[in-house]
Amino acid sequence: MHSFGFRANALLTFSVTILALICAMASLSDNLNSPSPSAHVQVSNINRFQKSKGNDEVSMTLNVSANLQSLFTWNTKQVYCLTNSYAFVFLAAEYESPKNSLNQVSLWDAIIPSKEQAQFLIQTKNKYRFTDQGSNLRGKEYNLTLHWHVMPKTGKMFADKIVMTGFRLPEEYR
Amino acid sequence: MDWQGQKLAEQLMQILLVGFAVVAFATGYALGSFQTMLLVFASGVVITTLITVPNWPLFNQHPLNWLDPSEAEKHPKPHVANSSSKKKTNKK
Repeated sequence: MHSFGFRANALLTFSVTILALICAMASLSDNLNSPSPSAHVQVSNINRFQKSKGNDEVSMTLNVSANLQSLFTWNTKQVYCLTNSYAFVFLAAEYESPKNSLNQVSLWDAIIPSKEQAQFLIQTKNKYRFTDQGSNLRGKEYNLTLHWHVMPKTGKMFADKIVMTGFRLPEEYR
Repeated sequence: MDWQGQKLAEQLMQILLVGFAVVAFATGYALGSFQTMLLVFASGVVITTLITVPNWPLFNQHPLNWLDPSEAEKHPKPHVANSSSKKKTNKK
């Protein structure tokens, strides 16, 4: 009964059980971290604002500055962050058949692989097309939101965001 | 491995593994390195394997004292007919 193989098997199963346990504890220890991230996004230029195939399309230059270093813990593999634009198109009589009450467009995203790279300042054009379903974007107010997902090595994934309000698109096409 | 040796091996295995897990988690958390935790625990598993899996002399310090075969032949059981049943009596 108590052979070489039996002891090896017992040791293996017990050590794997403990490994799962310490990984769970590592995941739980993430809750002790209270991050204080900061982010700021500026629209430095509207490069192009036109109607293409009946839909408004905007090309803009964004200045994204952020310090997400406090999101990193010993159990963090990487942080995925992206900038969204929310343009609130309310169902109101002024608009010709607006389709949606909430529009959400991804403009830019990036993967931050390490804590050293979590503080950055970049100038970029919108990576993904900022386009409307229709032509309701002239003079539209919108928010820019920086979302991030903290991807751990083991355990629970965290997500949060910073909302920046008070942006407005120009009244005329250019 | 004798009876006491088996008990010792099992207890050693459990204590060593839990101990290494505690040390691994503490160093990993203190150094802020997940990889260090895994390496410490993995080396702990290897050390525990080397200590408790092979049949070391340490686990054979309380050998069972079997009845001497000549002694058994002096007191034959009445129903003993062949050698296989003789083995059985020895095992007891």
